[in-house]
Amino acid sequence: MPIEVEIVSPEKVLFSRSVEMAVIPGLEGDIAAMPDRAPMMLLLRGGVVELYENGAVTDRFFVAGGFADMTADRCTILADQAIALADLSVDDARKRLAALEASYDAADKMDVPALDLLMAKMQSARAEIEAAGGEAVKAA
Amino acid sequence: MASLKDLRARIGSVKSTRKITSAMKMVAAAKLRRAQTRAEAARPYAAAMRRMLAELGASTRGQDGLPKLLAGTGNDRVHLVIPLTSDRGLAGGFNANINRRTRDLIRQLQADGKTVRLLPVGRKGHDYLMREFSDLIVDHVHGSGGKEIPFSAAAELGERLAAMVEKGEFDVCTVVYNRFQNVMSQVPTEMQLIPLALPANDVAVSADAPVYEFEPGEEALLSSLLPRNLQVQLYATLLESAAGEQGARMTAMDNATRNAGKAIDRLTLKYNRTRQTNITNELIEIISGAQAL
Repeated sequence: MPIEVEIVSPEKVLFSRSVEMAVIPGLEGDIAAMPDRAPMMLLLRGGVVELYENGAVTDRFFVAGGFADMTADRCTILADQAIALADLSVDDARKRLAALEASYDAADKMDVPALDLLMAKMQSARAEIEAAGGEAVKAA
Repeated sequence: MASLKDLRARIGSVKSTRKITSAMKMVAAAKLRRAQTRAEAARPYAAAMRRMLAELGASTRGQDGLPKLLAGTGNDRVHLVIPLTSDRGLAGGFNANINRRTRDLIRQLQADGKTVRLLPVGRKGHDYLMREFSDLIVDHVHGSGGKEIPFSAAAELGERLAAMVEKGEFDVCTVVYNRFQNVMSQVPTEMQLIPLALPANDVAVSADAPVYEFEPGEEALLSSLLPRNLQVQLYATLLESAAGEQGARMTAMDNATRNAGKAIDRLTLKYNRTRQTNITNELIEIISGAQAL
């Protein structure tokens, strides 16, 4: 029995198909969405969503944080930003990370929520570099 | 009476006006189609978000210490009004309707003894409010200028509003925008963004629905879902307003083109009559001159 997976960014629906399993980067660790799972909502960290069919990965998407809503037969991923892994650019992500690190250094160290937000963004940028770099090596 | 030369010049100028208005109509029609597609593409995200919020709202209902975006600051004193207008004119009553609605809302709030602050989006609204309520304007944001609106624009505005409400700079936030009903009609609408009005009895949350697990926890989820929801709502209103602007412009330019056509017909008729009168006059002069000999 397959599970309906939807990856949605604020601008559009990126992916909508039924797959066997989806592995999602949860804030507290990766988590797999499979049929007949107990319903769950979770926060995402920046990372790669992997979609499995017949025991093999068919699609990979990078998501820069967001939310996921899983039920027994459906999994909706609300990504802040979602990009197919092939379209990632290491240089772009590096530049963004450098800018974030600069603003982190300049930020008010007492402003904890703002620092947390910056930390999350930096983590997402690092994950993006990793995801893009991994793909680039494989392609070469 | 206007001379033939004057009439020819008038007809020429009205014709070139008609060319411009009909070109603007075409452009608006193309942009409208794109804006509508984008507004539709943004809907699934907003719908999924509403579903999650309804679920979360149901399980946190009545708790203390809820985020200010959901529960408000506990006051109802300072109102922030955000009118969404376009940067450019020539869109019929599109901007005037918003301006009028905003003015009425400000007057009404002030009559109730509230403090009003304004954060107009788009140049037309800002220009108008500068004339009448310049002391109330906190800041203003440029509209899209006819280009496509990226989500980041809405995200930036949303982050700013969230920060302002945390600092207690306002208690209630209302957006005044043109809801896109169809190409012909845009309805000026007020929507309260903060505190958020959760759907009370959403169909999605039925009593026998399985109980959700939350990771990392309800409050953590809620506190990151709410600012996001604010951004999404803003984005949706911005897209609707953009689609409405193109719709309004298309209708206005269609009318203008038709009116120009009518004016040309009228002027051409007048031109021909004048020409004929002139010829008749000349003939009469010649004939009476010949008869006098």
